[in-house]
Amino acid sequence: MRTFVALVGAGFRRYSTYRQATIAGIFTNTVFGFLICYVLLAVARGRGGPVAGYQGTQLVTLAWINQGLLATVGLWGDSGLADRIRSGDVVADLLRPIHPVLNYLGTDLGRAGFSVLTRFAVPMLVGALVFPLYVPQRAASYPLFVVSAALATLLSFACRYLVQCSAFWLLDIRGPQVAWTLLAGVLGGLYFPIRFLPRWFVDVLWVATPFPSLLQTPVDIIVERVSPAVQGQLIGLQVLWVGLAFGACVLVQRAAERKLVVQGG
Amino acid sequence: MADVLVTYRRLVAAQVRAQAQYRLSFVVDVLGSAATTFADLATILVFFRVTSSMGGFDLREAFLMASLACVAFQLADLVVGNVERVRLYVRTGLFDAILVRPRAVLPQLLVTNFTVRRVGAVLQGLVVLLVAAVLAPVHWTPARVALFLLSPIVGAVFFMGLFVGGATVAFYWTESGEFANAFTYGGREFTTYPMSVYSGLFRRVFGYGLGFAFVGYYPALVILGRPDPLGSPAWLGWCTPVAAAVSAGIAFLLWRTGIRHYRSTGS
Repeated sequence: MRTFVALVGAGFRRYSTYRQATIAGIFTNTVFGFLICYVLLAVARGRGGPVAGYQGTQLVTLAWINQGLLATVGLWGDSGLADRIRSGDVVADLLRPIHPVLNYLGTDLGRAGFSVLTRFAVPMLVGALVFPLYVPQRAASYPLFVVSAALATLLSFACRYLVQCSAFWLLDIRGPQVAWTLLAGVLGGLYFPIRFLPRWFVDVLWVATPFPSLLQTPVDIIVERVSPAVQGQLIGLQVLWVGLAFGACVLVQRAAERKLVVQGG
Repeated sequence: MADVLVTYRRLVAAQVRAQAQYRLSFVVDVLGSAATTFADLATILVFFRVTSSMGGFDLREAFLMASLACVAFQLADLVVGNVERVRLYVRTGLFDAILVRPRAVLPQLLVTNFTVRRVGAVLQGLVVLLVAAVLAPVHWTPARVALFLLSPIVGAVFFMGLFVGGATVAFYWTESGEFANAFTYGGREFTTYPMSVYSGLFRRVFGYGLGFAFVGYYPALVILGRPDPLGSPAWLGWCTPVAAAVSAGIAFLLWRTGIRHYRSTGS
């Protein structure tokens, strides 16, 4: 446990040293916050009323929360592990006295913690200064949002870990990587709220895939698009997916360790 | 001059061969690139599922605008998109090697990093543009056809200036690649929708200050024969070449200043 806390701290410090990249990232998130916010507002104006159950202010908040969470949840991530698998460096990870999944999770949670303070907080502040944001009506929505965002971060990590582990078999993971980036963005609700899609499709998506649990769930909870009961159900679904994804991580890791042959050289 | 071009052609051909070597990866890359473009344009269809107009334009009009801008962006991305790799060259010191070769720096960078998979995105964009042109309510005249053919190319020059100008940040700030993304990818997103969607300072800065309004919006208004809901004169639709020239000119100056400012990292 102490090791894990130390890893989280190290992750936090590591990402806090990339100062230029952080500022550039905040700037980009803010620009996209404006873009998506205006586009969603134009959809609402064209419709002349609520769109897919969202009021104007809810859409504004949704756009900015999305941009803030994008980096925090780490929807895209890097290919560090896959590169190490290809180069063989991953052997060093296997020798450490901590499970590789926990090892990488610690660093990722540190990264997420640093992102909350920078890439979540600043775009939200800009959004709040320029647009009227939706203020949650129920006090419980705030803690539920925090829980849901944390679960989304865990789920995103586990999914990316699985994508990168495909390198054990494929070596070149560009295919799975492209598929993940596209699916997580589109079906996660980054480009448009997935409730804009047909109702039956959204229901299937939410239950049968992890994607809506990555962004759309925390967003819908904080803008109170759903009733308290459904908020609870959505978080339940997240817990289920986090469990499944981490279970898969452990299994895949075990299979990979049997399969791994380090290239000489 | 001719032998210079031969060198470049050989370098590009070498890249194409190298990248096609791993056949499965190559196919996956091309498909992925095309799928990303498809997803961008499909987003508009999703929005028009829940509304009938955006910024005063219906689906067919907005789609024409978006696909004009999309092809412009993808063309620019194909030709100079890899200029963002200059960051890597500066950080690792590889840039020194490029500077000492007896050829211009920018073309060297572009041909040695030529990314073949982006052909997929351009082809995908062209197909969509054709569909958009057939479906859009346009009364075609020779002038409109000319503008329709010219706009993606001139728009591409505009975006190229942006890519190159943005990449020069690397000469001063090596870790800041995402800054350029805000203007290149942000610009692509901005030009996907009619200008009347945006408002306030943001529209003025991105639309007129940076010139994105001239990529898809104003040419599309002329092609569609529609007055601007924002009240600007119709001849603005013909001003894209001016915007492209300004963009390319500024990029040229930024690039030259950047190179002069460059100091090797020494590693």
